[in-house]
Amino acid sequence: MNSKANNIRFIDGFIMVLIGIAGLLCLMPMVHIVALSLSSNGAIMAGKVTFFPIEINLAAYKAVFQHAAMVRSLVFTIFMVTIFTVIAMIMTVSAAYPLTKHRLKGRNTFLTIIVLTMFFSGGLIPDYLLMRNLNLLDTLWVLVLPGSISAFYLIIIKTFFSNIPIELEESARMDGASHFRILFNVVLPLSLPVIATLSLFYAVGRWNGFQDALIYITNQNLYPIQLKLYAMVISGQANDIAIMEAQNISAPVPESLKAASIMFGTLPILIVYPWLQRYFISGIMLGAVKG
Amino acid sequence: MRLAPKTIRPYSNVSRSTWKSIMREWQLYLLLFVPMAYFIIFKYVPMLGVVVAFKDYNIFKGVLDSPWIGFEAFREIFQMDAFHNAIRNTFLLNILDLIIGFPIPIILALLLNELRVKWFKRGAQTILYLPHFISWVIVGGMATQLLATNSGGVNNFLNAIGLEAIPFLSEPLHWVITYLGLGIWREAGWGTILYLAALTGINKELYEAAEVDGASRLRRMWHITLPGIKPTIVILLIINIGHMVTIGFDRPYILSNPLVTDVSEVISTYVYKVGIQSARYTIATAIGLFQSIVGLIFLLSADFISRKVNDQGIW
Repeated sequence: MNSKANNIRFIDGFIMVLIGIAGLLCLMPMVHIVALSLSSNGAIMAGKVTFFPIEINLAAYKAVFQHAAMVRSLVFTIFMVTIFTVIAMIMTVSAAYPLTKHRLKGRNTFLTIIVLTMFFSGGLIPDYLLMRNLNLLDTLWVLVLPGSISAFYLIIIKTFFSNIPIELEESARMDGASHFRILFNVVLPLSLPVIATLSLFYAVGRWNGFQDALIYITNQNLYPIQLKLYAMVISGQANDIAIMEAQNISAPVPESLKAASIMFGTLPILIVYPWLQRYFISGIMLGAVKG
Repeated sequence: MRLAPKTIRPYSNVSRSTWKSIMREWQLYLLLFVPMAYFIIFKYVPMLGVVVAFKDYNIFKGVLDSPWIGFEAFREIFQMDAFHNAIRNTFLLNILDLIIGFPIPIILALLLNELRVKWFKRGAQTILYLPHFISWVIVGGMATQLLATNSGGVNNFLNAIGLEAIPFLSEPLHWVITYLGLGIWREAGWGTILYLAALTGINKELYEAAEVDGASRLRRMWHITLPGIKPTIVILLIINIGHMVTIGFDRPYILSNPLVTDVSEVISTYVYKVGIQSARYTIATAIGLFQSIVGLIFLLSADFISRKVNDQGIW
């Protein structure tokens, strides 16, 4: 009996160690970057920095703040993400609410039109040509409008709305409330968790978005943070000598400055992560589309 | 609610009553108007835009006035070595991702499920899910700082203990391994979510009964937990196979560099290169359309197989 109990404890310990290693593997690269961003360049070049900062200083963070293009990009991105999130939520909610009403004529047609876009798309070039014809290239709006409704999030929020007890709405309608009033005074106050969750998802997706900016934006003043980071840290500034030679690059950006820039790109995600995590599991379950 | 009596009329007046009900619910249609316009403009117009693949597209003439060329563009792309190369790489990277990346979330989920200490489990999940929210640009930036041959943290360490540096990013074979490893790093933890959700549906009494019968931890995992998530495994496997021709853009584009394009150039990055960088719109649209059609065939077959195996489609 005793040996069996020991055995169980041994297995538990073993599993904890395995998961612990997986967790460390997740964290170690990030810890290394934090350490780099706080270290002196000399210590980094000498290869002394692993998980703890050496010759600790904030010079790299100051340098990021003095890097006008970087600051401009950060400010622009925060502004753009805010506008995007507000517009996306307004669009998504105003599409989801009518689609919960079974007496709405043409409801199934509208739903089909929306769901089909999850499976078919024109592709990169037709999208690009459309933006060009709409004169949206190199504007803020090309980063805001094309992604302003996610069909997937729309379905999630619609499912949430349909679960609100119908009696609440019916009694409001009895009192003569219009749909707009019901939406604002009954449905939205009851949906704050899902509104908060999807706002975060929209915001994080937009903050992390890269491909559309790469294709649609050539004006450096409108570089969102991911594109700016890409230009600064990866392309053209790679710190692998073989790659640099292949790309004809001579003067690399200091390592600590790169690390500090990466930190600026990640920080907003880390800040909202606790809230994200609180809701995403329920969000995924709500969508309950298997994948 | 408006309580005016509404007479139900026979068929002859159907269209009139439809109009009436639309008028009564005008607020709902007003709400729907902008979103539906969004879907038409930003989703359906580009779908029509694929006709560019069948035209000798000229920017100044526009889509409508450019001359038709039939399947000429398709004939051309099939003769391009780079196109074949991109298809090969797309398949290769996806298949390796599937073989190596697919089992890891399953193993992680099984292990997480066995954790008895609540705070440890919750903490582990928090940490394992985090990388999913870090953009590929950041992951790529970290990768160059960690894995660069001459100054990366990992190679500094290898040098320090007297080993030779490994060209993680600049040599094709190592690049593929790095590509796979970073994918696992970012997605393996997140991939456990659906399995863990399936696990909550397993009847706890099964475990108790098995424990009474003296089944070991490993046997319980094998005979209860694994069968419990088997449907999820099968569905996700089929969905993954269905997406074999589609490949994200950010990961291969951001991680690639001129030394490894032989293995890193995939369909999505190739379309960008041909279409946006070289402005050969017709060719690039044809490649994109070819990928969509093959992708759709894969997805429909996957759905068909899923219906056979699981009695339910993947949608």
